[in-house]
Amino acid sequence: MRARVLIRPKEGILDPQGKAVERSLPALGFEGISHVHVGRLVELEAEDSSRLSELCEKLLANPLIEDFEVQEIE
Amino acid sequence: MTSWGVLQFPGSCDERDALHACSLAGEARLVWHEERDLNGLDAIVVPGGFSYGDYLRAGAIARFSPAMEAVAEFAGGGGPVLGICNGFQVLCESGLLPGALLQNEGIRFLCRQVDLVATGADSVFLHDIEEGETLSVPVKHQSGRFYAPPEQLDELRERGQVALRYAPGQNPNGSVDDIAGVVNEAGNVLGLMPHPEHAVDSLTGSTDGLALFRSLAGVAA
Amino acid sequence: MSGSAQGSPALTGDVSPHRELGLTDDEYTRICDLIEREPNGVELAMFSLLWSEHCAYKHSRKLLRRLPTEGERVVMGPGENAGAVDVGDGYAVAFKVESHNHPSAVEPFQGAATGVGGILRDVFALGARPIAVLDSLRFGEVESERTRFLLEGAVGGIGHYGNSIGVPTVGGEIYFEEPYEQNCLVNAMCVGIAKADDMVRAAAAGIGNAVVLMGAATGRDGIGGASVLASAELDSADEGKRPTVQIGDPFEESKVLECCLELLKKGLLVSLQDLGAAGLTSSAAESASAGGVGIDVDVAKVPLREADMEPFEIMVSESQERMLGIVEPGKVTAVREVCAKWQTGSAEIGVVTDSGRFRILRDGEPVGDIPLEALVDGCPLYDLEPAAPADWIYGNSKTLGGGESPDELLLSLLSSGNIASKRWAFEQYDSIVGSRTVRGPEGAEAAVLALPETGRAIAVSIDGNGRRVACDPHAGAIEAVLECVQNLACVGAEPLGLTNCLNFGNPERPAQAWQLDTAIGGLAEACEKLGIPVVGGNVSLYNEGGDGPIYPTSVIGLVGDVPDPEVAPGNTFEAAGEAIAIVGPIRPELAGSELTKQRGELGMGLPAADLDAVAESCLAVREAARSGVLSSARDISDGGAACALAEAAMGGIGATVDIAPLLERCGGNAEATLFGEGCGGFILSGPHETLTGLASGGVEVLIVGETGGQRVEIAAGEASLSVPITEAASAWRSLGARIDA
Repeated sequence: MRARVLIRPKEGILDPQGKAVERSLPALGFEGISHVHVGRLVELEAEDSSRLSELCEKLLANPLIEDFEVQEIE
Repeated sequence: MTSWGVLQFPGSCDERDALHACSLAGEARLVWHEERDLNGLDAIVVPGGFSYGDYLRAGAIARFSPAMEAVAEFAGGGGPVLGICNGFQVLCESGLLPGALLQNEGIRFLCRQVDLVATGADSVFLHDIEEGETLSVPVKHQSGRFYAPPEQLDELRERGQVALRYAPGQNPNGSVDDIAGVVNEAGNVLGLMPHPEHAVDSLTGSTDGLALFRSLAGVAA
Repeated sequence: MSGSAQGSPALTGDVSPHRELGLTDDEYTRICDLIEREPNGVELAMFSLLWSEHCAYKHSRKLLRRLPTEGERVVMGPGENAGAVDVGDGYAVAFKVESHNHPSAVEPFQGAATGVGGILRDVFALGARPIAVLDSLRFGEVESERTRFLLEGAVGGIGHYGNSIGVPTVGGEIYFEEPYEQNCLVNAMCVGIAKADDMVRAAAAGIGNAVVLMGAATGRDGIGGASVLASAELDSADEGKRPTVQIGDPFEESKVLECCLELLKKGLLVSLQDLGAAGLTSSAAESASAGGVGIDVDVAKVPLREADMEPFEIMVSESQERMLGIVEPGKVTAVREVCAKWQTGSAEIGVVTDSGRFRILRDGEPVGDIPLEALVDGCPLYDLEPAAPADWIYGNSKTLGGGESPDELLLSLLSSGNIASKRWAFEQYDSIVGSRTVRGPEGAEAAVLALPETGRAIAVSIDGNGRRVACDPHAGAIEAVLECVQNLACVGAEPLGLTNCLNFGNPERPAQAWQLDTAIGGLAEACEKLGIPVVGGNVSLYNEGGDGPIYPTSVIGLVGDVPDPEVAPGNTFEAAGEAIAIVGPIRPELAGSELTKQRGELGMGLPAADLDAVAESCLAVREAARSGVLSSARDISDGGAACALAEAAMGGIGATVDIAPLLERCGGNAEATLFGEGCGGFILSGPHETLTGLASGGVEVLIVGETGGQRVEIAAGEASLSVPITEAASAWRSLGARIDA
């Protein structure tokens, strides 16, 4: 399977990149946008999807500070 | 005489500086990341830099190296382990220390001399440092904001695991509770974002970092 | 061989292929004459790059012959990857400065990052371990949004690369001037150390030796970079150039660096060359040409990032983090083992031949075959047609309304981007890794790096002032050298060797040609007179935006010897109650100064420097600094004596000064005395008798006051200023907030 792993900062943890993006938007003429968070996207192909969660917890994300979500692409 | 091993990953930057600092408090050699044999070593430094490019997350890949597996075992047996900057990140990622290091509040990399205040925490690396003592040591990092979830943070404080704090008003990265360094429960593993190995020679800075390296010699003696 | 079968550069077909690749009709004819036929696509692409301004220096090479390159301490001079000087005990220091202007104007983060990556490779290609980076940056005015975008990106990119690879950024300069608005300047300098005997040259040698490509895989990065990006003026079509920007990977470079140093230490390489502009074409051709041999390269053996690359693309790709080694056949396996240890790629891609030709093969089939002499030395060198412009060719914008008091002028100058503290930038750089940094950014007039290898130290400075070169290319170019020499003197350093980066406009236009010609004359005169060899350099031409050329900017990098780093003075007052002296033959004038800029009154002409007198004062200051008797030393430069005194007070110790004696030299002009600029001036602090003692050798010494207090108080005849340090400091430290605004 092909999968897409979305990794984002956990709710409530300061995300300075997200804040910086959010702060810059009004100056560029984009009003009314809030709650910007910047995360990471990992794409991969796996022969066996059963251990993807474990892979995410061990390597791709740090569960202490990040949430992840595995999306199957096809 | 303390025999130090300083880990070297592809992408390490401060390993030679750490080697020099250790050599002022014993003898020291580099330990290549593929080495598993730590025989004959009394203490380990996981140095600063960008191990494996710090890709994915600072320290995330280095924790899986053979040398780090050996270090985990070494630490489990009570062996003294000092993680500096990227080394601190590696130790947190590998679970040898609590918490995590996040991107600086100011986002950018920051290189600056700061004052640290010792909390009096019990660690083999801090025996020569009194509670309340101030150390002038440089920081240089982009992901140095210490974080632990509230419950864990309370635990750390209760158990005296907060080892060093940034002096009031000098927190360079937004670390929770001004935390600059923490120890494990047993006190044999210390991690800190500031660089004591860059504070061992008056020619190039302060000498306040020497105490961390010499503390161990005092303990051993 | 026919071009079409081997793939050709993508051309629009509107004009002849050679023109689209930046070659003139005459140059194309010359190529045909030299190779006795028409070149095919691969060959044409290779010629177009090696015959570009960037690689062939076709408009500057003749002028550069005027620079003195010989000296007792020179270990390697121009022509190698970097220059090198002897620092004693069998060690040499290698250094070079290089521009990455056009890539940075298109994509500042990657442009600056790969600029640092490239200059690091130049230095470790010699077998020297890089120990410091310095950078010299120029942008439009701080208030410009584009400036802030470029500045943020360039500083971030320099930090990203230098910090990640573990080489400290120990100094540099940043200037803000309108003429750089479209075409910013990003010049990076690297300094490295090696055992002199272990250093390796770039020349290929040994018929039958293997050609080994090491490091990153080859992709389509920067294809056409050297000719398209570096030899054409930027215009509004910059967006379309983005795909050719190279991406830097400092992690890869750190592995390649350690790998190459290990290979050299083990004696496994005959020669080593980095891949920079024009990629494999340039490095293989130059290496073979320097060795007087031939070379065969099989593009099918080059590890690729994208499988479907054409031979011409492989030959001209500017993918970063690659090195080319020449290896004896019996040592190839050992070389590849070291590469594997460092997790870096390696591939045997060719062989050294005795043919004198550069043959390109694909799976053994020839797809290009060029006589090396034609490729490397065949490019025509042009004579310039210089003509001095009748008047100031740049604009003038007035930012001061007029009628300001001296206090107000001081604060206005201290807060100007050119004079204000660059802490915002240098705190983003690791300036201490390597444990050599005795004096780092803004800690002294020059960076001081300890060399435990020899027990001594070196001082390094990088400096230039384009505005002043614009006012007077001859005097301005001399000043840039003197500024560096003065900076070194302040920390007790004797110059050993000089590198330069000449950033100029379009040399095919008379005024710009005159600037280039005249400035090189000034540079040559200063180096000749001061006995400083030029061991390497770089020329970047065609730096123009829509509104005309940049200020002609000769950036000087200077390395000097410091016997005892323990006593190298800082540049702020150390203690209260000490004497302050103005030393040296300076006769400050407002021409070309920061104040004149702010008043919008810039024009042609600068006072000429008395080179002998400046040299003598530098010698006196150097000896004083070396003997450990000075508390602080700084030179008088941007913003004049008043700004120099105010900056010396930024450590928290003020000064009370009467500069009436200098006023006399300035013919009673108080403003020129306070804020005028010119070379040959130092502000020193220390014991009174020490400072007066400097006068003994005929050096001009004016004791002007005393350190202490919480204000900067300066009297100059009728005029005077008095500003609290806190107020001066908040002006001087205002730059970061303005950039982040």
